[in-house]
Order: sequence, then structure tokens, then C-alpha cells
Amino acid sequence: MSFPPNPNPNPNPRPNARDIEEERETEMSIETERSSTESEVSGLDYEETALTLGLPGGKRGFSETVNLGIKSSLIEARGDSSGDRSDESPDCNASVAEKPPAPKARVVGWPPVRSYRKNALKSCTFVKVQVDGAPYLRKVDLEAYRGYEQLLVALQEMFSCFTIRNYPNEERKLVDPVNGTEYVPTYEDKDGDWMLVGDVPWKMFVESCKRLRLMKSSEAVNLAPREARR
Amino acid sequence: MAEDEEEEGRGDTPPPPFSDQVLENVLENVLQFLSCRRDRNSASLVCRSWYAAESQTRHDLFVGNMYAVSPYRAISRFRRVRALVLKGKPRFADFGLVPFGWGAGFASWANAISPNCPSLERLTLKRITVSDADLSLLARSLPFFRDLTLLCCDGFGTLGLAAIAENCKRLRVLDLIDNVLIDEEEEELVDWVSRFPASPTCLESLAFECIDVEVNFVALEALVARSPSLRRLRVNQHVSIGQLRRLMARAPQLTHLGTGAFGSGGGVLVVGDLESAFASSRSMVCLSGFRELDPEYLPAIYPVCGNLTSINFSYTDISVEQLKPIILQCHNLQTFWVLDTVRDEGLQAVAETCKDLRELRVFPLHPTEDSEGSVSDFGLIAISKGCRKLESILYFCQRMTNAAVVTMSKNCPELVVFRLCIMGRHRPDRITREAMDEGFGAIVMNCKKLTRLAVSGLLTDKAFEYIGKYGKSVRTLSVAFAGNSDLGLRYVLEGCPKLQKLEIRDSPFGDAGLLSGIHHFYNMRFLWMSSCRLTRSGCMEVARRLPGLVVEVIGDRYLDEENQAIEKLYMYRSLAGPREDAPPFVKIL
Repeated sequence: MSFPPNPNPNPNPRPNARDIEEERETEMSIETERSSTESEVSGLDYEETALTLGLPGGKRGFSETVNLGIKSSLIEARGDSSGDRSDESPDCNASVAEKPPAPKARVVGWPPVRSYRKNALKSCTFVKVQVDGAPYLRKVDLEAYRGYEQLLVALQEMFSCFTIRNYPNEERKLVDPVNGTEYVPTYEDKDGDWMLVGDVPWKMFVESCKRLRLMKSSEAVNLAPREARR
Repeated sequence: MAEDEEEEGRGDTPPPPFSDQVLENVLENVLQFLSCRRDRNSASLVCRSWYAAESQTRHDLFVGNMYAVSPYRAISRFRRVRALVLKGKPRFADFGLVPFGWGAGFASWANAISPNCPSLERLTLKRITVSDADLSLLARSLPFFRDLTLLCCDGFGTLGLAAIAENCKRLRVLDLIDNVLIDEEEEELVDWVSRFPASPTCLESLAFECIDVEVNFVALEALVARSPSLRRLRVNQHVSIGQLRRLMARAPQLTHLGTGAFGSGGGVLVVGDLESAFASSRSMVCLSGFRELDPEYLPAIYPVCGNLTSINFSYTDISVEQLKPIILQCHNLQTFWVLDTVRDEGLQAVAETCKDLRELRVFPLHPTEDSEGSVSDFGLIAISKGCRKLESILYFCQRMTNAAVVTMSKNCPELVVFRLCIMGRHRPDRITREAMDEGFGAIVMNCKKLTRLAVSGLLTDKAFEYIGKYGKSVRTLSVAFAGNSDLGLRYVLEGCPKLQKLEIRDSPFGDAGLLSGIHHFYNMRFLWMSSCRLTRSGCMEVARRLPGLVVEVIGDRYLDEENQAIEKLYMYRSLAGPREDAPPFVKIL
């Protein structure tokens, strides 16, 4: 028996949540390419999302705003798809007895995992933040922030030696005012690759980020450019 | 009796001792060899003198439901008890189904024990509310007290721990596992580790992973250094990896180690230094902890992997790449707890190496209904193929097939515990879209030693028919979101003669199903049914016909007389009658 890398090797795959997410992302990016002049939402044209060192956008970045759209529809999509999966059987298999309607709300105590364990595992969502040259580590709970903006502010507060420098093209970097060294926020993702923070929609970032590292700008040039990675 | 007759025949010899007394002495001497409580229960039923002798010689008392008997009654019967195990709340309390304040307070037992049980040495409490005052009372009253194990308890804090540390001079075991401490303000926190006596201690086991408070490390290190018998040490996540290394250096004789954070929170430690600490721990057989794992430190445990019989990685999101190099060395592993982040591939690696595996638990990183779920039927099949000696499995997943469960039932005939949790409710077989009836049916059919079963996924009454027909050894059954009708419950209550613990939630079983168990309820420890289709009249019928049962109806609001539908039923046999500490939202019928 060989191991399929995809955990859902169903020969007739129904679109799972991930597929839906990708679909919607493509939709969104096509849309934003077309409407480039209007509000904040569509002010996310291609130039702004193009590679620069530092976070995109002084106002709400691309990733955050797109995320707002994606997130709410993702929840619906997931709710429906899981509902659909269980609803499907009575339709196509008469031998399965009738069931209660697809559950929408979460129920108390299900799945049956002790709250002690749930709390202990929460800290798995905490990521370590390392600063090049500093001997200590901090941790942040990414789920406590709504977007890159807030994260950056939190990092600034945490490593109070930094200030956020705004560049005229609306990049932001963390700067140590004592020696002027610039730091770029990077992160290690699930696959072990080091990426620039701000590349992907916020929610995706939260799920895939394993740890954060504030890298000196001078070293960050070694990271692959965003365009190539896309 | 022949002996007496002979003696009488001789004439001048002194009168023989009363035959009753001889009998009692003989019995006591013989019965003290009986250790199994079921055997002892049987022996005590033979006749009065056996009952008396057994009572005098029972040292280990197990009370599976603290409300089944009054503490005074239990203690006056077993005066010489040395070890007591007491269990409180029903298991579904772990998942928030039992409202706060329901009961299971230890105070009445503490008050009965402290003056009357001078011989008590060991106490194990599970799902009981124990206060600091209770701990203090015990610590001061029991001169021989040596082992305290608290599992899933609550209600105490560092003050109670300090009382134990300070007063129990013969303390050997202090195991605090999965407890929830009371909230203490900074200034209220007590440095309990410093309260151990300054002299060398008898400590053999110290486990405080659940005490989420920083401990005084200097005191801890000194304690470990003066505890030459210490074999099991499980520290909390506030102990850094550097500190862990120091503790290991003090106690190279450890067999069980809970590693705390195992991360570089507090400074830099060279992996090599840590590795030598493990290399020196030649007796190490059990590792747990890893609460804030830094994967770069994992290789440090290589020196002990070959000897490990138990690993608990279930509090860290370890990946398959991180797991493989370790697990491939763990040829002697018998118990393995892990998160589903290792994926089917990680389980495959376990299956390839751990041929001696007896117990596997795979927990979900994201314990929600709509999570992706990272393990599936593939992982289950792999385990079943590689680990033929498997006895106990707990498996959380989102995708499962009947075929995989059937395969496990055939490959693992030694299974005693089978708990499968398909997290999405009412989820059918991922491939055939059928109910999971056949899979669970195969488990009860093929696993003749099965005593504990937890079912999930889409299930019809057919699954319960199988359980009733084949599950003749089943003692504990857990059901959620399953079945179609009363028939399901009837199959189980009529078919499973050994059934002792039945917990059911959100299943369409009503009064007719409940009443079909009337003949059996006195043989059970308890029945829990919540969000089913029971009504007040059905429950009252049971209460009326079985006066030896305590029938509790638990509501989240003050019960309204008009309200027929019952939200939560918890009933249990009891010698003590309706308990006096029931809160207003509990109605005892």
C-alpha cells in the first residue's frame, strides 16, 4: 500500500475546504486586477502586491482585506460542505436511515477532548519570535491579532528597541534606532521554508507559520523573491 | 471437626480455642492473599465469618462511584484499609456536560477518613473537587500517608500542595495529573516545593505537569538532589530545558521523565550537553512533556530511544519528519500518545518499528468538528498491520472507512479498548458513504477480549444490534450522535450482560429504550443519557421500580414541574440513597 501525500485520496473528490479557498482566491485576484481605482478594497492592485521588502500597504494590506472576504465565505463553505457530506448519503444510498438535518452550530463537548488538553494545545498556536542578534525569545499568539498591521505593532512593543519606519512607498520595516539596522519580519512555514511576512492572506499565514524571525535586512536579500515563489 | 474430636479424646489437654476464632484466624491468613477485588467481593458473600474476615483483611478499597456508599459505612466496614481509590463525577464532565457545582466534593470523605482511618497510606482521587482544607486535613491526620494521586480533580491550589509537602513525612508519591487548579492571585501563591522537609526524602514519584505556576527551581533541584529513591519526575512547562538538564544530572536513576517545555525559552543549551544527560539516564523508559518543543533538541533523546516503552508526544505538534528519526529507534515502545500532526505517514513509521505496541492514542491538534483532520483510515490500517499486539486504541480522525475498522478487528485480536472518534458528526464511510455499522460490528465480533468501546460516525440501530449480539464482555460503552430508535438502546441493554458503564449523548433513545434495562440497572455502576428523548415519566418509572437506584435529572436551569422532556439523566446504584449535597438544578426522582 503506497502512501498518498494527499490525506483525502477519494477517487471522486468533492471539493474540500482547501480547494474552495484556492478557487475563491483566484476569483478575488482576478477581480482586483480589473477594478484598480476604487476604494481601499480594490486599491490592492498588482503593484502593491508585488515584491518589496517589508510589508505591503500602509493602509490595510492586500492580504487583510482579501482575507475578510475569504474568511466569511470559507466558514460558510466549510459549514456547507461538511453539512453536504453528511446530507448526501440519504440521497444516494437508500439503505442509510434518515438522519437529523446537517448541524450548523457547534455543540458543547464535541469532539470529546478534555478542556485541560484543549488549553494545553492552545500554546501550539503560539509562535516563537526570534530577533537576529538578541539572546532571548518571545512568543506571540497569532490568533490574537486580526492582521499584519496589529502583529507589527505588537512586535514593536515587544522588542521595544524597534520603531516602525514608514517608507514613502508605504513599506514598513522595523528599525533599531540606535544603530539604524533594519529588520525584516520573516517566518518559517509548515514546509520549513523561510518566507517574508505579508505574502499570503492573514488566515493562511496564521495556519502555516511555525515561527517568526526578525532578520536583518542585509540578510533578507537571500530569501527568494516573491514573484519566483508564487 | 476432626481436630476437636481428637483433642477431646485425649482428656487432660487444655480446651481448644473456639472453632470460630480458629476459623477467623485461618481465614484472615488465607484471605490476605486475595488481591483482586472481584474475588474479595465474592468471598465476602459466602457467609458471615467470611464477610467479617474479608472486611478485616481488605487493604485496597475501590469505590468507583463515591455516591454509591456513604464514607462512614465504607470505612467502618473496612477498618484496616491502606489504599483508597475514589471516583467522582461522570466522565462526560470532562467535556463540559456536567454543570458547575453538581457535586463530587471530597469534604465528607476527608472528614470520615481523618479520625477513623489511621492506617491509610495511599489515596487516588479521580474527578473529585478537593479543597486545600481537605488536603491539609489529610496531611495532618494520617501518620502513614505516603501516596497521593489526583487525576482530573479541581478545587485546590498551591496552599494544599504545601500542606502535603510539609506534613507528610513519609511521602513517596505525589502525582498530579490533568487537574485544574483554582485561580490564585500572585500574592496567594505558595512556594510548595520549598515546603518539603530539609532532610532526605522518600520521594519516588513527583508529577506536577498540570500545575501551571512557576516553581522555585533552586528548591526543586535541591529536592531532587536529596531524594535518592526518585524514579519518576514530571515537571511543568515552566521548567526550561537548561533546568531540565540540571535535574537529570541530579537524578540519573530516573525511569520516567516529564520534560517540561523542552524548548529554549530561557537561554541557550547545546544539544550535545542535553544528549549526554540522556546518555547517562540508563534506566529511562518513559518520556512525556515536550510542552513547548524546540525540534532541534529532539535528537538529544536518541540515547534512550531503544529502551523507551512509553512516549507521550501528545502536547506538541510534531511533524512526521521530526517523528521518524526518533520512532525508528523505538523498538520497545508499548505506549504511544501523539497528535494527528504526524499524519498517516507518521503512523506508518510507528507501525514499521513498534512491533510491541500495546496502547496508541492519536489526539487532534484542532479539536473541532470542521477541522481538516490529519489522520485517516490509512493510518489505522497501517497500525493494524504493524502492531499486532495492540490492546488499546483511541483515535481521533475525520475520514474513516468500514474496511479499515474491519481490518483492525482482524489484525488486532488482543484489543481490549477500542475508541474511535470520527469528529464530524454523523459522518459515513468516506468511500462507500454507508453507515459505520459494519466496522464496529466487526470489532465486537472479532475482538473477543473487548471490554471498552466508544463509537462514532453515522450509525444505525444495526450497529447496536451487533454490539448487543457480540459484545458479551463489554463493560464500558460510549455513544454519541448515533442510532435511530429505542431499539438501538434495547439491543445493548438486553444483550450485554457485563455492561457496567453506559454513557450516551444526543441519540434518539427514549423511555421505551430506557425501560428495557430495568432488569440490568442494578448490575451497573451508572447510566448517563443526555440530549436523548427521555421524559420525566419514563425516568420516574425507573425510579419507582428500582428503589436502590439514585435517579438524577440534571437541568441547566431550575427544573420546571411542567417540563416533561429530560435534558440529562444520571443514574447509579447506591447504598446511601439520595445524596444530601445535590444542588438546586439536580432533581432526584
